[in-house]
Amino acid sequence: MKIWPSFLAALALVLLAWAGVGLFHWQTLFGVVIPYLAFLTFVAGFIRRVVLWGRSAVPFRIPTTCGQQKTLPWIKQDKLENPSSPWQVLGRMCLEVFLFRSLFRNIRTEKRGAALGFGSAKWLWLGGLVFHWSMLIILLRHLRLFLNPVPAPIRGLEALDSFLQIGAPLLYITDLTIVFALTYLFLRRVVVPSVRYISQPADYFPLLLLLAAALSGILMRWFFRVDIRAVKELTMGLVTFHPLPPGQLSIGVIFYIHIFLVSCLFAYFPWSKLMHAGGVFLSPTRNMSNNSRAVRHVNPWNYPVKTHAYAEYEEQFREKMRKAGLPLETE
Amino acid sequence: MARAPKAPKAEELLDFDFSPPAADWMETPVDFKPGTFCYGAKGKNLDIMDLPNARDWSPTDEDWRLPAEWQGTIIEGLADRMKKYRSFRLFLDICVRCGACADKCHFYLGSGDPKNMPVLRAELLRSVYRRYFTRPGKLFGRLAGARDLTVDVLKEWWYYFFQCTECRRCSVFCPYGIDQAEITLMGRELLNLLGLNTDWIAGPVANCFMNGNHVGLEPQTIMSNVEFLLEDIETITGRHIEPSFNRKGAEILFVAPSGDLYAEPGTYTCMGYLMLFDQLGLDYTMSTYASEGGNFGFFTSNETAKRLNAKIYAEARRLGVKWILGGECGHMWRLVNQYMDTWNGPADFLEQPVSPVTGTKFTNAAATRMVHITEFTADLLYHNKIKVDKSRNDHLVITYHDSCNTARGMGLLEEPRYILRRICNNFVEMPEDTIREKTFCCGSGAGLNAGENMELRLRGGFPRANAVKYVREKHGVNVLANICALDRASLPALMDYWVPGVKVMGVHELLGNALVLDGEIERTLDLRSDDLPGKEEEAIV
Amino acid sequence: MYKGGGIIVGLTVFCLVATAPFLLNIGRAAESGPTLSLDTPAIHLLSDPSCVESASYMRAEHMRLLAEWRDQAVREGRSEYVNSAGAIFALSLEESCLQCHSNRAEFCDACHNYAAVEPYCWECHDGGATGS
Repeated sequence: MKIWPSFLAALALVLLAWAGVGLFHWQTLFGVVIPYLAFLTFVAGFIRRVVLWGRSAVPFRIPTTCGQQKTLPWIKQDKLENPSSPWQVLGRMCLEVFLFRSLFRNIRTEKRGAALGFGSAKWLWLGGLVFHWSMLIILLRHLRLFLNPVPAPIRGLEALDSFLQIGAPLLYITDLTIVFALTYLFLRRVVVPSVRYISQPADYFPLLLLLAAALSGILMRWFFRVDIRAVKELTMGLVTFHPLPPGQLSIGVIFYIHIFLVSCLFAYFPWSKLMHAGGVFLSPTRNMSNNSRAVRHVNPWNYPVKTHAYAEYEEQFREKMRKAGLPLETE
Repeated sequence: MARAPKAPKAEELLDFDFSPPAADWMETPVDFKPGTFCYGAKGKNLDIMDLPNARDWSPTDEDWRLPAEWQGTIIEGLADRMKKYRSFRLFLDICVRCGACADKCHFYLGSGDPKNMPVLRAELLRSVYRRYFTRPGKLFGRLAGARDLTVDVLKEWWYYFFQCTECRRCSVFCPYGIDQAEITLMGRELLNLLGLNTDWIAGPVANCFMNGNHVGLEPQTIMSNVEFLLEDIETITGRHIEPSFNRKGAEILFVAPSGDLYAEPGTYTCMGYLMLFDQLGLDYTMSTYASEGGNFGFFTSNETAKRLNAKIYAEARRLGVKWILGGECGHMWRLVNQYMDTWNGPADFLEQPVSPVTGTKFTNAAATRMVHITEFTADLLYHNKIKVDKSRNDHLVITYHDSCNTARGMGLLEEPRYILRRICNNFVEMPEDTIREKTFCCGSGAGLNAGENMELRLRGGFPRANAVKYVREKHGVNVLANICALDRASLPALMDYWVPGVKVMGVHELLGNALVLDGEIERTLDLRSDDLPGKEEEAIV
Repeated sequence: MYKGGGIIVGLTVFCLVATAPFLLNIGRAAESGPTLSLDTPAIHLLSDPSCVESASYMRAEHMRLLAEWRDQAVREGRSEYVNSAGAIFALSLEESCLQCHSNRAEFCDACHNYAAVEPYCWECHDGGATGS
């Protein structure tokens, strides 16, 4: 099983933070040093990876066309699935990035005896979409710990996310949806045989890490509560580059487990498949317009090649061509 | 050389399911099953193209006679291509293995072999990339999905990269647009650094380079082939047509896939082109030098593709034509649309294409200056510039197969459909998940239409055939129309095997049947010289 | 073609977004959270100014305690709270909590605003905002 290494790794990280703060009281390490290093690794690693991609050329214009091309004026072009201008590409990219357009196309193909059957398969799209949007909202919500005073849009988002007004503190809808979505994404890797077959430790690990980070946050809010004022003093110290010595703030261990798992996620990000977040913007099959017949696309490394010129061809077949009555360049 | 094995019975072919084996794919060595791979490239064909490690070899040989430093060659080649192709570098990094592509590949759907899931076929190469180019791969090996480049891995690459038709169907469903075709193209380039091509590709490449077309037709043979077709046209329609070859000063250079010049049923499509051009009085010429629109070089390496493609512009320049018209061909059109101008342009010696019949400016071809024949013909029909008799196709129930390349590498979807609706009364679509951008490959593209790998082709073509069978049973479909020479070469065998009774016809063959020529005789025969049902009785009466 | 311009723009946006929490705080010194003064006239008037539970417990758990009080008072009709040390208090926000913490703006709201929490206590209770 490829799950166990990932599971053990995630578990080890939890234990590490628990021991580090709970037993050894390394609050500054886990609350200040590691978060800074992780964030730095994330930003620098992300940029490095994108620059690496950017230094590779885009020699050809290779959009995957998923609709009617721009052609005769009376044939309707599918501008979002087969864009021919930058604005149309922008539209296509927005659909991809915000709504996972391509994944929405997903269909299930089954073998039914001697025939193939096609069925709807939107669960992966839904699970992916719910996870990513929940993640985004949760990240934005956390800005309340990094800004003072908290701007109205963040307060609004907070209110919206907790509008069900269940419990005290209030239940966040995204806390539920992210756990459901991550659990679904994890279970399909375990349960669906073909997906299990293609899955690697690098697929289970980020899911488990995300799940652990989310659960530690939920535990902190609902079960092992911490002094949120002290937490914000710590986080504000981080973003103003005046970190308070967290040892003086009495914050429960669960907070350090949470922030350590999130730090691990940030640090792991640029080295992993999670970089699809940056990569999707650079994908040449999606971010290019299909206009290479109308506008010349230049390959920066195009080089002359050896061809078999017409003169050589005529030389080769002169007699035969003459007999067949074909016009010749040289007699 | 071993004889091609006979294709097994349909029940045997379909005796599989999609449940993966117990053993991990990295521990499953490649099994060269007869009927699923092509012969190795002959040394003489590689020599003609100055390609490395030319020698005669067979994939079933234990020793592939690789150069001593072959691993270094591959790793260097990989690094080089990562710099040259952002697509490649990106697609090596960002796959999340969500599995959306898994059941989209026709080879997977026809074989159940998990390494035919696009994600795993790409992992074959990614695993090596990780091992030599990424820190986690270097540090953690297997745990990070990395593995050493061994001879067995190389053999596995060869087997599976020649089990991909570069159809891009997986790319349609991928949330990041990861295109297995890009991985396969690079994989094949790397293999070609070691002289590891198939002969079904290397042979046509060498032929095309020297003689101008894949089968190596010499100029006088092309002419006599076409003259033979013109005789048939005269018999069927009473119309005498003069051919035009290598004529300087013509307005238009017409380039077709060479399959249309010599092999049934492509020749009937060619007859359709010739009749149309003559009826219009088009000032066109064909070239014996640039007598190939297709390009098996693309299935070898980018450089080889460019070397073969160069002839089209070179010949257009030499003949002094104004623009180029291209015949019905799939990968030819992906290349014209996405590669030709970049490779061998700018085509500033040509003019922006304008239909001499309707005056329509083909602005979408403003730079490349090459127009697809279905764009040209759809424009004619829209402006009612040609007369057609739909009833001549009344005995046919037609469905349309989008070829992968024109669908997903161009978006030419409506033009052929418009033509079909204008020239026949019985046109039905296959199920929507199997057409347009979701079309299924014929299973023989990208140089896999050999004889010795017939089992593979039948498997790869099964999803397409399955959809045809559906409309045959539901609507009585008996014609599979298409705009691709490889389709015309490969689908007949596929139909005979999976859906007997379905004929494969190019759109312009059907047009040729319906086209009313000035001064033609009463048509009693179709372009295949078969009786036209209904029409023969009228003639007798 | 490299599309370098697009990549630079994209990376700039990425950097701005990723470092937004830092950028938005430029020029701000480290601030500790609001200091809550217990030195108020209301507290001085009390004979026993001790809270129902310890300060550290209350900081983390007051919202849950209050929610439980509400349920116990409204649904079960209870009126007494026995704390962890066995002492008995009136189970009432108005009668217990707000007797000391009569300064809602300085006491409750200071931290709630700091952490962007909007409790719904004040939908029913006045909390001394208008002076009790």
